[in-house]
Amino acid sequence: MTTGSLTARRPRIRLPRRQVPVLATLALLLVMYGIGVSQYQAFSNVQVIFNVFIDNGFLLVVAVGMTFVILTGGIDLSVGSVVAMTAMVSASLLQQGLPAALVLVIALLIGPTLGLLMGCAIHFFDIQPFIVTLAGMFFARGMCTFISGSSIPITDGFWTRMSQERVGDPRGNFVSISVLIAFAVVAVAAYTLAYTRLGRNVYAIGGNPQSALLMGLPVGRTRIAVYTISGLCSAIGGILLSFYTLSGAPLIAVGMELDVIAAVVIGGTVLTGGSGYVLGTVLGVLVLGVIQTLITFDGSLNSWWTKIVIGGLLFAFILLQRLIGIRYK
Amino acid sequence: MNDTMGRYRALTAHRLFWPAAVLVVMLAANTIYRPGFLSIEVTDGHLYGTPIDILRLSAPLILVALGMTVVISTGGIDLSVGSLCAISGAIACMYISQQPDQNSLPVVLTALAMALGVSLVLGAWNGVLVAVIGIQPIIATLILMVAGRGLAQLITEGQIITINSGPYRAIGLGHVLTLPLAILIALAAALLVGAFTRRTALGMIIESVGGNAEASRLAGIRSGRVIFLAYVLSAGCAAIAGFMMTANVSSADGNAAGLWVELDAILAVVIGGTSLAGGRFFLSGTILGALIIQTLTTTVYAMNISPQTALLFKAVVVIAVCLIQAPAFRARFTRRRSGAPPRGAVADKPKEQVPA
Repeated sequence: MTTGSLTARRPRIRLPRRQVPVLATLALLLVMYGIGVSQYQAFSNVQVIFNVFIDNGFLLVVAVGMTFVILTGGIDLSVGSVVAMTAMVSASLLQQGLPAALVLVIALLIGPTLGLLMGCAIHFFDIQPFIVTLAGMFFARGMCTFISGSSIPITDGFWTRMSQERVGDPRGNFVSISVLIAFAVVAVAAYTLAYTRLGRNVYAIGGNPQSALLMGLPVGRTRIAVYTISGLCSAIGGILLSFYTLSGAPLIAVGMELDVIAAVVIGGTVLTGGSGYVLGTVLGVLVLGVIQTLITFDGSLNSWWTKIVIGGLLFAFILLQRLIGIRYK
Repeated sequence: MNDTMGRYRALTAHRLFWPAAVLVVMLAANTIYRPGFLSIEVTDGHLYGTPIDILRLSAPLILVALGMTVVISTGGIDLSVGSLCAISGAIACMYISQQPDQNSLPVVLTALAMALGVSLVLGAWNGVLVAVIGIQPIIATLILMVAGRGLAQLITEGQIITINSGPYRAIGLGHVLTLPLAILIALAAALLVGAFTRRTALGMIIESVGGNAEASRLAGIRSGRVIFLAYVLSAGCAAIAGFMMTANVSSADGNAAGLWVELDAILAVVIGGTSLAGGRFFLSGTILGALIIQTLTTTVYAMNISPQTALLFKAVVVIAVCLIQAPAFRARFTRRRSGAPPRGAVADKPKEQVPA
């Protein structure tokens, strides 16, 4: 919010404006779920919801990282490629016989390092985030095919165990370990944004970078930090994806950055920064997941309808944010 | 001594110097790697050779980048161009494939008109979102970028539509007066846009809107209309580029046509010296940027490196060009060399960056 909101009249209804998009997403999610349950008997099965999480755990983690970046008013186009590169590097190193623990450490270091470099380029040389992360996207995607032109299967014991392990309730419903990891990331991120100094700096910079600077907040350090966080989340997402597919493929997760941005925006985060919640992003990812599930259940609709529906929802949510007067440049 | 230094400064300070130098270095490297690289020959009254191929293949990118330059100079960005290429190609190919005589000129012209019309309408949709509703351009066009691919697949029903139409193929592969038709179309578009923006006041109006849309509006310029038209122009350029891409392979693939062209186009614009923050724009720089990207792609293919790995080289070029153009980077570099802040360091204070 700009300084204008300090002097603005209080709305008569005590519904906090910033939470309206999140509540709208929640309402949308419930409506979609309701449609699913009323149309298809199997939809009411709890496992359907669990499957949405299983299929989208990696997307959720990446979207959480993107939320940080977008909250500062930036953007990170490199996430999809970094996810693919992490999976590729893990698969390739495992194939060469490196121990799983070492591979995990290496894979988890690459993403944040790239993010740190991109953050530095953005901050020190004043180049637009869009173009820097675009170069990062090209770089990471190029690295994927540089490592291997074709898909590399993963046969490592730790990976297969993580892939097949089921954490379930007595009635037979289960989630994968990846989902638990994704929840842990969400919890840490939500805590960081809501209760730590870093979180407050992120919101302040997104609200107005100039006043954040004048207030003496470490704008540069925070900006570099969010790209590093996004890189770390992409790396975790890449690991989760490699658990999910048990392979690394050079063309995996192409266009994922757009799904991620869509999920963050549908979750109510404003692209100019300063307003949004991690919880909203979780809901945004769920909305995308439920759309896919609905289209799969329907069977007669083709998968390209997913894209059209996501586009339509993007439009609806941007319009909503605009109507309730959240700042849009 | 001082004079030559001054002349050297003036030359390197020219905005087209570094992009041109990059292009020359790449061409030189190619010629060393493959001595026959620059040779051009005439066969059947047509020009053939790698440089001609580069020109022909860069035509779609030049077109898309032209529209993108105008959009970016109004302070916007158009992410939907790749999807628009796919949609226009899909509509044209779909219509042609349904006709009994695919070689008839009226059929092809009808197909082109239909596809162009739809693309212009979609461009107008972008324009309305940005200029009338006031949505941030990157997100307004993201909608069509995401949904557009779905639309293209919907039109082709998820299939790759193959056609066998001579007149349509000519858009991508035909020759007129020994030159490839595609490059002539791109050249004509460039001259047209150049004439409108540089021979009339339109260019100045666009730059003023890009500098500060609200101030321009208060000064009596219809900012909204200028921004709206920029998106329509961009969509039109993307549609024609889509014809070329699909004509090259005589088929339309809703998934692959124009994939990532928006990023290449933005790159071309940035390499050409136009700031992503809006304001001043350089059409000649954009064309040079598009040629650099196509030369790089061709070079990498010629070295038997996969198209995907080519992205690695693109990343290096992007970062290099951006760093060279970044005032902050140049200031550091020159200060370290001469021990004093450069003359332009204060005056060249960059425009306040719009978060992209």
